[in-house]
Amino acid sequence: MEIGIGHYLTVAACLFTLGILGIFLNRKNVIVILMSIELMLLAVNINLVAFSHFMPLEGGKTGDLTGQVFALFVLTVAAAESAIGLAIIVAYFRNRGSIAVDDINMMKG
Amino acid sequence: MSLVPVFFYLFSTLCIASGAAVIMARNPVHAVLFLILTFFNAAGLFVLLGAQFLALLLVIVYVGAVAVLFLFVVMMLDVDFAQLKAGFIQNAPFGLLVSGVVLGELVVLFVFKGFTPGVLGGSAVASPVPAVTSGVSNIEALGRILYTKYVFLFQMSGLILLVAMIGAIVLTLRHKAGVKRQVIAAQVARSPHETVEVVEIPSGGAVVPSVEGQ
Repeated sequence: MEIGIGHYLTVAACLFTLGILGIFLNRKNVIVILMSIELMLLAVNINLVAFSHFMPLEGGKTGDLTGQVFALFVLTVAAAESAIGLAIIVAYFRNRGSIAVDDINMMKG
Repeated sequence: MSLVPVFFYLFSTLCIASGAAVIMARNPVHAVLFLILTFFNAAGLFVLLGAQFLALLLVIVYVGAVAVLFLFVVMMLDVDFAQLKAGFIQNAPFGLLVSGVVLGELVVLFVFKGFTPGVLGGSAVASPVPAVTSGVSNIEALGRILYTKYVFLFQMSGLILLVAMIGAIVLTLRHKAGVKRQVIAAQVARSPHETVEVVEIPSGGAVVPSVEGQ
């Protein structure tokens, strides 16, 4: 059975949905929220690379490297964002003593 | 009989299963380890799609740096995970509803719309770069466009990483009291008359030099 683009996109859709579900289920735990964001970014990367592989070009060939370049940049930004997010968690934990982010409302009017 | 479907189903099943285990694990270290397994299987999927450089980059950067960073933070913070899992059951129905809607929309889109190659046409993409140029490896083909066509974005991503590094250091660096450290400015600004003291010692006697505290 030929593995087409729909298969890869379905895998990416499932991973993206799992990421969204992870944020909903773990609203208190900020580390699992960050990991769910990483899952969503991974799903987007799979999408981009799948499109890069299956994009039709002239002459009957398929494949366009732009998708892989974009996935590279998404990877870069994801790494930078998780580094900053974890630094924020560490600073928050030092001040509060826990990482329950359900009720951060100290600045609420 | 091609092995590609076998490997595709293996990698994708493990990827989705370990993704589900990430969000439902009780132990945070287990969750991070399942995330690492998800990344490995996604790297396998990338290899199947011909993006070998990106697959290895995923393993080296995502697993080797980002996931290890998660592991450091999880082990460093003393977290009571049981208390954090309290809202799991009551949030579950709404979460399942929203994620079910998203998944349903995406699957319906793929099944009914499909992907006919003729729809895009040749003019949709400005100038597509062929992925498989004759005899050139994936990493060389990526290098050929990354440093020429996308060099601006490449430099910008370097700047983003620099800002992230500086930001992470600024957020977490702290100076503990009682730790002796050098103050370079004070060391450089010292003048000779503060450092050297000439003492007249009478023959046969001893003089204790005065201690000048810095």
